[in-house]
Amino acid sequence: MKTVILIAILATFVTGVTILAQQPASTGNVENGKKLFLRDGCWECHGTVGQGGRDGARLADTALTTAQFTRYIRRPTGAMPAYIDKVVSDQAVADIWAYVKSLPAKQAKDIPLLTELKGQ
Amino acid sequence: MAKSKKDAVGRRGFLKRAAVGAAAALAAKPASALPAPQAEPARPAAPPASARQVALETSTPTPSDVYTTDRPGADFMVDVLKSLNFDYIFANPGSSFRGLQESFINYGKNQPEWITCCHEESSVAMAHGYFKIEGKPILCMAHGTVGLQHASMALYNAYADRVPVYLILGNEQEIAFRRSDVEWTHAVQDAASMVRDYTKWDDSPISLGHFAESAVRAYKVMMTPPMEPIVLCANGGLQEEPMPEEERHTLRIPKLVIPSPPAGDPNAVVEAAKMLVAADNPVIVAGRVARTPNGIKLLVELAETLQATVIDRKFRMNFPNRHPLFNPAAAPPDLSRVVAAADAVLGLEVPDFWNATHAMTPINRMGMTSRPITKTGAKLITITAGDLFSRSNYQDFGRYAEVDLAIAADAEATLPALIEACKRLMTADRKRVADERGRKLAAEHKKVRERDFDLAAAGWDASPITTARLSAELYNVIKKEDWSFLSDTTFISWWPLRLWDFDKHYQFIGGHGAYGVGYQAPAAVGAALANKKHGRVSVNIQCDGDLNYAPGVLWTAAHHQIPLLNVMHNNRGYHQERMFLQDMASRAGRGIENTHIGVALDNPNINYAMLAKAYGMWSAGPIENPKDLGPALKAALEVVKKGEPALVDVVTQAR
Repeated sequence: MKTVILIAILATFVTGVTILAQQPASTGNVENGKKLFLRDGCWECHGTVGQGGRDGARLADTALTTAQFTRYIRRPTGAMPAYIDKVVSDQAVADIWAYVKSLPAKQAKDIPLLTELKGQ
Repeated sequence: MAKSKKDAVGRRGFLKRAAVGAAAALAAKPASALPAPQAEPARPAAPPASARQVALETSTPTPSDVYTTDRPGADFMVDVLKSLNFDYIFANPGSSFRGLQESFINYGKNQPEWITCCHEESSVAMAHGYFKIEGKPILCMAHGTVGLQHASMALYNAYADRVPVYLILGNEQEIAFRRSDVEWTHAVQDAASMVRDYTKWDDSPISLGHFAESAVRAYKVMMTPPMEPIVLCANGGLQEEPMPEEERHTLRIPKLVIPSPPAGDPNAVVEAAKMLVAADNPVIVAGRVARTPNGIKLLVELAETLQATVIDRKFRMNFPNRHPLFNPAAAPPDLSRVVAAADAVLGLEVPDFWNATHAMTPINRMGMTSRPITKTGAKLITITAGDLFSRSNYQDFGRYAEVDLAIAADAEATLPALIEACKRLMTADRKRVADERGRKLAAEHKKVRERDFDLAAAGWDASPITTARLSAELYNVIKKEDWSFLSDTTFISWWPLRLWDFDKHYQFIGGHGAYGVGYQAPAAVGAALANKKHGRVSVNIQCDGDLNYAPGVLWTAAHHQIPLLNVMHNNRGYHQERMFLQDMASRAGRGIENTHIGVALDNPNINYAMLAKAYGMWSAGPIENPKDLGPALKAALEVVKKGEPALVDVVTQAR
C-alpha cells in the first residue's frame, strides 16, 4: 500500500515537473496580463487588443498553444524581440497569455461595413 | 535725373570677364556699374547712424547713377523657363532669387502660378508628389545656401524615388555685388556641390545665353530615364542687371527635345522571354515600373501572357490589386515564400532586388548571415534604368544583385517588346501550364483577400482606433468618388491596399523614396494640386510624426484652395523608432520601460485639429471613439468637394 502511495506521489510529481517545463508558472491573471501587455510593449506590434498589424501577428483568437506561446516569447523564430525571464518572468508570461486568450476576434461577416466592402 | 540703364554697360559683361580673371574684370569695369567703394571699416551690427550713412541717405545722386531698366536679365530667364511649360512654381521666398520672382509675377503675369511655400523642404516634396500624379516636373526655387540646406532631404527623397525636380538656386557669385553680411552668408562658391551626390546634373551659368542653353539641357537630362532632380544656379547679377543692348536681338531659346526612353537590347529581350516562358513558376517583382498609365496596362498584359504572379514593391501604382495575379505578399516571410517557389524571377525597376531574393539574420539576433532564397538554378532577370546611372556616395542602389540577365533600360519602354517575344514563344503546351498556374494563383488571391477582411475585423471597436477600421471607414466615404490616395501605406499595415480597389494610375503613388520623414504632408499637397484640375478627391492618411516637420504646408493648402482630405494617423509617436528601441533593449536583455524616451509624442498630446484650424483649414477631432469616425469623414468630404482642404484628427493604434 505504501509503495502504491509512493508511486502515485512520484507520478504526480513527475507529471507536475513536465507540465511546469511546458507552461508558465501558474494560471495567469487577465487584468494583470493586460497591464503587462501594454507595459512590456506587446501592443507596439500586435496592437492593444491583439489585432495584429504589419509588424506582429494577430493574437486575438490565436491558434497557438500555451507551450508554443511561451516558447515563442523566449526564442522567437521570426523577427520578434526575444524576452528573457529577467525582463518578463514566467508569471508575467502566464498573465499575458491569460489576457491574450481572453481577447475576442470578430470576423468580417460580423461587421456590415466589411461585408459590404468585401462584396464589391 | 537718373537715367535708364538701357545703354549702361551690364554686369553680364563683367561676369564673362570674371570667368577669365576676376581682377582683370574689375579693372576693366566702368565705375558707373560698380557699387560704392568701401572706404570705411566694418561697422557694428546695430550702430547709430554714422555721418557717412546720413550723407549717403540724404545726398543728391550723381548724374551717373542709374535707377531703372526696362529689361532686367530675369525677364529673359522667365522667357526661357516659360518655354519649358511648367504648371507651377513652388518656393519659399529668398532674396537671392528676388529678381526672378519679380519678373515671374510681373513680366510673366504670374504664369506659371507662384505657390507660396513655408519651407523649402515642403517646396521640393510638393514637387515630388505633383510629378507622381501629373507626370510633369515642377519648377522650385531656393537660396543656394540656406534654402538648399532646407530642401536637401526632400531632394534626396526625390532622387531615390526617381522623380525629376527642377530646382533653381539663387546665388550672388560676384563679390563686389554682395551688399551686406546677409548676402555674403547667402553666397556660395559652388552651390550645387552640397547635393551633387543625389542630383543628375547641375550648372552655374555666367551669361544669359549660357543660362538658356543650360536650362533646356537640364530639362532634357532630368526627363530622360532614370529621371532625377537637377539644379540650376541663377546668378544674382544675371537676374537683376539689364540685358545688354547688344544681346537683346541675339539671345535665343534652344529647342527642347525629350529623348525617347531607352528600351532594352532586342536580343537580350528575347533571351529574357525564353527564360520566362520556359519557367514553371515565373514571378514578376515590380518596383517603379509604371511611369505612365500605359505602364499598368503593359504589366497586366505581360503577367496575363505568362500567367505569372506580380509582387508589387509599392513604389508606384503598377498593377491592379484586385487582379487575380496580384500577389499581396508585401514583406518576409510571405514575400520570401513566393520568391523561394519561383524558377524565374523578373525584377522590373526594382531598387532592392537583392533584398527581394535573399534572407538575412533578423534584428532580434546577434551576427549577420545572408542566403539566397531562390531555388538553385532559378533564372534571375532585371530590367532597370538604374543600371544606366548611379552615384557612389549615397547608397540607395542597394546590394549588388547577381543575376543571369541584366537589361540596362527603362522597363516600361521595354515591356512591349518583351510581351511580343513572350507571346511568340508561348506554345500550346506552355500555355496549358500557364493557364493551370493562373487558376491556382487566382484561388490563392481570393483566399488571401478573405483572410485580410477577417484580420481587419479584429479590434474593430477598439480605442485607439485600428488602422484597419480607419482605412475601411475612409474607403466607405470615398469609394463612389473619383478618388486618389496619396499616402505611403508602410506605417498603416498596408490596409488600403488590402481593403480598397486600386486600378487607376493616380490612385496610388508610393512613398518617400528614401524614407526621409517630412515627405508625406507636402507630397500630398503637391499631388492634390495636380488632382485639382481633374476634379479628383485627394485623400491622405497623414502620420503625426511626419506632419510635425513642416506643418506650414497646411497653410499652403488652405491659402491656394487645394482640395485634400487629410486623415491623421495620430499614434502619438515615432513608432518605427520606438520598435527599434524595443529591439535594442531586448537584444541587451533589458526591459523596455524607458523606450518611450525620445520617441513618444505625448504629454502633452498634440491636437492636430486645432493645428489645422490655426492654419485656416476645416478640421474635426481628435476622434477616439470609432463610431464617431464615419460621420466626421463624411463631413470632411463635403468640405473637400467644395474645393477646400480638411483634416480629421484620429487617435490611432500604433500600426
